[in-house]
Amino acid sequence: MSENSSPATTKISTYLMMIVLIVLALSIVALMLSVNAFIVGNEVVAGYLLIIGFIAMTLSVYVLLQSRKRVASMKIEAPKVMTTVECRKCGFKSIRDFQRGDFVFKELEACQKCDDKMMITAIYKEVKEKEKTYPF
Amino acid sequence: MSFVPGSDTISQILSILFYVVFIVFLFYGQRIQMYVMIREVEGSLYKLKYIKEEGRKIAIETIKEIGKPQTDPSARVDRYLEYFTIQPQSMDPAGIVYKLDHILDVRDSRLKDEVKIMAPASDEVQVNNLENTLEAAMALNFIYKVIRHYYIQGKKTLSLYVIMQLQMILPLVMKEAEAYASALKAFAYGQPIGDGAAPLVAARLMHGCEVRKVPKDCVVATVPIEGRTAFIIKAEGPGGNVGKPGDAVKAVIEENKGKIASVIMIDAGLKLEGETVGEVAEGIGAAIGGPGVDQYKIEDALVKYHIPIYAVIVKEDIGDAVSPMRKEIADSADKAIERVKNVILERTKEGDKVIIAGVGNTIGIGQ
Repeated sequence: MSENSSPATTKISTYLMMIVLIVLALSIVALMLSVNAFIVGNEVVAGYLLIIGFIAMTLSVYVLLQSRKRVASMKIEAPKVMTTVECRKCGFKSIRDFQRGDFVFKELEACQKCDDKMMITAIYKEVKEKEKTYPF
Repeated sequence: MSFVPGSDTISQILSILFYVVFIVFLFYGQRIQMYVMIREVEGSLYKLKYIKEEGRKIAIETIKEIGKPQTDPSARVDRYLEYFTIQPQSMDPAGIVYKLDHILDVRDSRLKDEVKIMAPASDEVQVNNLENTLEAAMALNFIYKVIRHYYIQGKKTLSLYVIMQLQMILPLVMKEAEAYASALKAFAYGQPIGDGAAPLVAARLMHGCEVRKVPKDCVVATVPIEGRTAFIIKAEGPGGNVGKPGDAVKAVIEENKGKIASVIMIDAGLKLEGETVGEVAEGIGAAIGGPGVDQYKIEDALVKYHIPIYAVIVKEDIGDAVSPMRKEIADSADKAIERVKNVILERTKEGDKVIIAGVGNTIGIGQ
C-alpha cells in the first residue's frame, strides 16, 4: 500500500481550524486583558481572566494536536515481509526481503555451502506490538 | 446579578456569555453532539474512500502488470467491483445447502472467467491471486458504500440514533477495512496470509510425499504418521485458493468406504482480545468458516460413517487473518503439528487411517 495519503485525507476541516483559531485568539485577548486588569489593580478579575485564557489556549492547542494526529494515522503502512531460505541438507539459512514469485516450498538456486538446492521455508512479516498492556 | 465578582463591564460580559452557553447547550446539546459524531464518521469515510481507491488502483496496476491486457481494464474492474450474489430463498430450507453451493460455484467460475478476460497473459496461480486481489477491493468498495449510505441517511434525517449506531461500530469497521487494505498487496504479490496457517501446517506434513488432486481445487497426500496412514488435505497452492475442503474430505472418506478412524481439521480461529496471536487450541467439531456449505458436507459424511472429528486452531484476529502472515503464526505451525500428532496418538490406534485437513487460503504456500 502506498505510504502517501490522498489530498482528501490530509485535509483538516476548515471549520475546525477556524474555531480553533478563534478560540486561540480569544484566549490571547483574555490573557492580555488579565495583564491590564492586574496593572489597574483589579486582581480578582485578572485572576479569572488568566484562568479562562489558559484553559481556552490549552483546549485549542489540544484540539489542533489531536486533528494532526488523526491525519498522521490515515497513512497506511506497508508491512515488511521476509522470506526464509534454507538448505535442507546442510542447514544453511538466510533471511531476505520477499520477492514477487516467492512461495513456501519453492525450490531456489543451489546452496552456497553444499551445492544442494535451497528452499523457501517461511514467509512472514514481523510486527512490533504497540498494544497497551492490561492487568488481566 | 453577575457570574464573576465585581460589577465592571468584563464581569458582566462573562456572566452573559456563561448564560448564553448554558442555554445553547440546554436546547442544542444533542444536536451539537450529533454534529461531533457526524464529523467523526466523515473523517473515517474519507479514510475508507482513500483505502477503496487505493484498492482499485492496486487491482488495476496488478492486472496491467501481470495480465498484459490489450485494452485498459479499468472499466471492467469497476464493473467487477459492483458484482453481487443473491442468497437462495430460505422459506423452504430443505436443500438450501446445495442451492447455495451451486450459486457459489457459479459465482466463482464467473469471477474467474472475468479475471481471465481482464488478464489474458496470467497463468492459473496468477488468476487465483488476481481474483483474491479483486475480491479484497470488492469488499473495500462495499464497506465504503454501506458506511456512506448510513452517513448520508443520518445527515438527511438528522437522526441521532442512525449516526450513533454508525459511530459505535466504526472502530470495528475501520479495523476490517484496514485489514483488507493490507490484504490487497499480499494478494497482489502472492504473499501468505494469516488465514494460511492451516494450509502451512498441512503443507509441512505432506511436503516430499506424492500429491494428487481431489475435487475441488484441493490436493491430498498419503503420509505415514506415528504408524497410522494420514490423508493430508489442503487447497492447491501456491495461488490464492481455499478450495472446497468439504468435497475433498467427503471424496477421501468415500474412497476408503468410510473406514477412517478420525478426521482432524486445522484452521485459523478468531482470537479474543487478550489472547496471544499464534496460540494453538484444540477442540471438537468441524473447524471451517465460510458460508457453511463445506461444514455441512463434512458433518454429513461423518454422521453417515460415525467418524469422530477433532479440531486444532491457530488463534489470530481478523486483521491478522487477511494480512501478510505474522511471524508468530508461521512459528505456530510446528506447535500445531505437535498437537495434531498428540491427537493421533491419543485418539487412534496403529494401522488406522486418519484425515488431516488444513483449511484456509493457501496463497503463497505450495505443497
